[in-house]
Amino acid sequence: MSVVDRQEWDVVVVGAGGAGLRAAIEARERGARTAVICKSLFGKAHTVMAEGGIAAAMANANEHDSWQVHFRDTMRGGKFLNQWRMAELHAKEAPQRVWELETWGALFDRTKDGRISQRNFGGHEYPRLAHVGDRTGLELIRTLQQKIVSLQQEDKRETGDYESRLKVFQECTVTRVLKDGSRVSGVFAYERETGRFFVLEAPAVVIATGGIGKSFKVTSNSWEYTGDGHALALLAGAPLLNMEFVQFHPTGMVWPPSVKGILVTESVRGDGGVLRNSDGKRFMFDYVPDVFKEKYAESEEEGDRWYEDPDNNRRPPELLPRDEVARAINSEVKAGRGSPHGGVFLDVSTRMPAEVIKRRLPSMYHQFKELADVDITAEPMEVGPTCHYVMGGIAVESDTAAARGVPGLFAAGEVAGGMHGSNRLGGNSLSDLLVFGRRAGRHAAEYATGLPDARPPVDDVQVDAAAAEALRPFSAEGPAPGEEDGRPPENPYTLHQELQQTMNDLVGIIRREGEMEQALEKLADLRVRARRAGVEGHRQFNPGWHLALDLRNMLLVSECVARAALERTESRGGHTREDHPTMDRKWRNINLLCGLTDPTGGLAATDPVRGQIALTRETTEPIRADLLALFDKEELVKYLAEEELYE
Amino acid sequence: MSSYEARFKVWRGDVKGGGLEDFAVEVNDGEVVLDIIHRLQATQAPDLAVRWNCKAGKCGSCSAEINGRPRLMCMTRMSVFTREETITVTPLRAFPVVRDLVTDVGFNYTKAREVPAFVPPEGVGPGEYRMMQEDVDRSQEFRKCIECFLCQDTCHVVRDHEENKPAFAGPRFLMRVAELDMHPLDAAAETGLDRKKTAQDEHGLGYCNITKCCTEVCPEGIKITDNALIPLKERAVDRKYDPLVWLGSKIRRRSTAD
Repeated sequence: MSVVDRQEWDVVVVGAGGAGLRAAIEARERGARTAVICKSLFGKAHTVMAEGGIAAAMANANEHDSWQVHFRDTMRGGKFLNQWRMAELHAKEAPQRVWELETWGALFDRTKDGRISQRNFGGHEYPRLAHVGDRTGLELIRTLQQKIVSLQQEDKRETGDYESRLKVFQECTVTRVLKDGSRVSGVFAYERETGRFFVLEAPAVVIATGGIGKSFKVTSNSWEYTGDGHALALLAGAPLLNMEFVQFHPTGMVWPPSVKGILVTESVRGDGGVLRNSDGKRFMFDYVPDVFKEKYAESEEEGDRWYEDPDNNRRPPELLPRDEVARAINSEVKAGRGSPHGGVFLDVSTRMPAEVIKRRLPSMYHQFKELADVDITAEPMEVGPTCHYVMGGIAVESDTAAARGVPGLFAAGEVAGGMHGSNRLGGNSLSDLLVFGRRAGRHAAEYATGLPDARPPVDDVQVDAAAAEALRPFSAEGPAPGEEDGRPPENPYTLHQELQQTMNDLVGIIRREGEMEQALEKLADLRVRARRAGVEGHRQFNPGWHLALDLRNMLLVSECVARAALERTESRGGHTREDHPTMDRKWRNINLLCGLTDPTGGLAATDPVRGQIALTRETTEPIRADLLALFDKEELVKYLAEEELYE
Repeated sequence: MSSYEARFKVWRGDVKGGGLEDFAVEVNDGEVVLDIIHRLQATQAPDLAVRWNCKAGKCGSCSAEINGRPRLMCMTRMSVFTREETITVTPLRAFPVVRDLVTDVGFNYTKAREVPAFVPPEGVGPGEYRMMQEDVDRSQEFRKCIECFLCQDTCHVVRDHEENKPAFAGPRFLMRVAELDMHPLDAAAETGLDRKKTAQDEHGLGYCNITKCCTEVCPEGIKITDNALIPLKERAVDRKYDPLVWLGSKIRRRSTAD
C-alpha cells in the first residue's frame, strides 16, 4: 500500500497556460471541482511570450472579414492537412472568445471608434489580430489568471475557502496519467519545492502542456516545453498525430549566441518591416510559391501600397505563411547572402518613424537594446529561423477535445494536434487556446459529473510504479552490460545538450533521409544512456532531478518527430524534405499516428534497435462539401488529389 | 571580445541556513547572468536551485539580487560588470528562502487574492465594450507588469519589516488597485466598492512614502510611483479630506443605517 498523499477532484487540468486556464475556468463554471497543475509559478506560462495577437474575424478593421475567410486562410496556411472541423469551429468561435476576455478585464489596443484594434499578420487576408502592443500573450494570461482569482473570491464568499472549487497546484509536475482499465483515474505528480509525491484522483484529465521546443537547440520556447503532455498521452495509450510538422519561426534573434532563438515577433513584418539580404535586396519576392502566386504583390511598390490600400493591392511576400518565409531565409543564408552572424536583415528603421516603432513594438525595441545593443529604430535586426511550435500533437475529437482511445482524457492548445494542419498561422495559437481550452473544460466537466457509476479507482500498483520511476535518477544504474565497472552516471544536462544538437542538426528545418536515420540511432543511444542519468543532492527543488525526469518525455517526442518525418516523403508546411522537395497531393489526406510499441506503457528503454514508437497511417475524412465550396476550383486543384475533387 | 573566467559568489542553502559559495566560471560574448547560473548547473552544481522560464524578460521568473540590487538575471548582461569584479548573486531578501536562489513568493499570491476583481458593467454584453485608446493607456501601462516581484522585494515597507506584511499589499498590488480604478468600464463603484478607499483602508497605501524604489527596479519601466501610487494617494486623500465627500459619506451611511 502506498503512502502517497491523495486528493479527490472532478477535473484535473495539467498546464496553466492559455488553454489550461481557459479549460479550468470553464470546468469550474460548469460545476466541476477543478484542480490545475503547473510546472512554474501561476501566471508564468509560455503563453506570456506570445507577442503578436489573437486571430479572430471580428471585422473591426476590415468589414469584409468573416469566419469563412478566416477558415480559408487557416486551411491554406496548413496546406489543407488541417482537421477541418477544428478549423471551422475555431474560425466561428474565436470572436466570442476574445470579446469574453474584455468582460473579464482585458484591455486590448483600440480602434478610433473604441472597438478592439486588429493588426495584419502573415497568411491572414485581413487585419485580424486583436493585440496589446507586442505583449498580447501576457494580457491573455493575466486576464485568465485574474478571472481564476475572481472565481476563487466567489468561492471564498460562499464556502469560506478560496480553493474549495478551483485550486492551482503551482510548481508541481505530473509524471503519469493513472488509469482504471481503459479509463482515466487520476494523475501522479511531484511538488518541485519539496520533492514530495502526490496523487490527484479524478475521472477527467485535460492535458494542456504546450509544446516540445526544448528538444531543439535553437528555440523560442522556455524550459517548460519538454513535451510532457505529448508523452503523458502516449504513455496512457493515446496516439499522437502528425508529429513531423514542427514550425520554425522565420525570425528569431541570431546574435549574441546566448540569446539565439529568442523570438522576434511577426508584428514587425505585419506593421511594415521588410526582409533584406546582404545585397540589400528584398528577397522574398523571389520565393512566392505557385499556390500563393495570385495573392501576393509582385513589386515592392505594390507591396508598399498595400499597407494603406489593401483593397486594391496585394500584400507583400514578407507576409507569406511562416514556413515559406523560414525556408526562404534558410536558402539566402545558404547561398552566401546572409548577415554577419548567419541570419538576414529585418528592417523597420527605414520604414517607420522611431516613435511609432517604440509605441507599436515596445518589447522588441527593449529586447534588442538590452540583449544585443541594437537600436531597432536606427538599424536593422539580424534574424534567422528558430524552433517555435509543434503542429502535431494528441489526436483529439474535433468537437469535444477528447483524446482518442482513452475515456476521460482531453487535450487542448499546442499539445493537441490537427487544428493547424502542416503549418500554423501567426495569431491562430492564442485563439486556438481559447476556443479549444473552453471546449475541453466543458466536455471534461460534463464527462466527470455525468459518470453513470462510481468514480474510477486509483490502482496502488500504478502509484508505486510511478514513484519508483520518479526516484530512479537518485540510484542511477550501474555499468551497462559489457562495460567496465565504476562507470559514472550520466549528466542529465549533457544528455539534454546532445539531444538538442541532434534534433537541430538532423531533424531540423531541412530534412534528409540519411540524417533522420542517423538521428534515430542517436536517440536510441541517448535513451539507453538516459537510463543512467544520475543526480546529486536531495529531492528539494533540485533542477538536475527535474531535468532527468523531463528527458524521458523529450526522448519520446523526439522519436515521434524523427520517425514521422522519415515516413512522410513529401514537403508540406513545417516538414521540408530535401530529397522530396515538393508537396504531393497523395499525402494531403494522410495522417501519421504515433503510438507506443509496447502498449502496456512500459518503456523499451534498453533496446536501442526496437525503438519506442510505431507509426500507423490513416486516411482522413473528406472535407465537408459546403466548406470546400468556399474555395475556387482552381485553387483546390493545387491541393486535393483527383479523386477527392470529383467526389 | 572573447571568453574569460569570472568569479561568482552564489548564495546556497535553505530554510535552515546557508552562505555564499565561490565559483570560477567561463563567460562568453553577449551572455547574461542567467547564462552563467545555467553553466554552473551544467558543469559544477547540478542541483543549484533557480527559477527561470522565458529567458527574454517577459515572464518575470528569474528575479534575484545581483550585487545587492534586485534584478532579472536574464536581462542583466555580463558586460555591465568589469572582468575583475566578483559578482554576487543572492535570493530576493524580502521573501523566505526555499532553496538557493528560489524563494517562497506566496505573499504575492495571497495579496493578489485580496484585491477585488474587475466588475463588468451591467447591460454591456461581450462585443459591446467601447473604450478610447487614451482612456485605456494608463491601465495598459500597469498591465505591462510581468509580476517579477522586484518592486515587492525592494519596497522598504516590507523589505526588513516582516511585521508590516499583513497590512501592506506592496507596490505591485496597490498598482493593481489603481489599474482597476482607472479602467474606463470597471463598475465596482456601482456595487458599493470604493477602490480608492480600500487602497487606503485595506491594502496599506498609507505606508508608502513615495521613495520610488519600486519604480527604479521595475524591469518594464512602469512609473509605479508617479502614475499609480501618487494618483491613488491623491484621490484617496481627496475623498478623506474633501468636506463634501466627507459629508456625503456621513449622510449615506446614516441613510443606510436607517
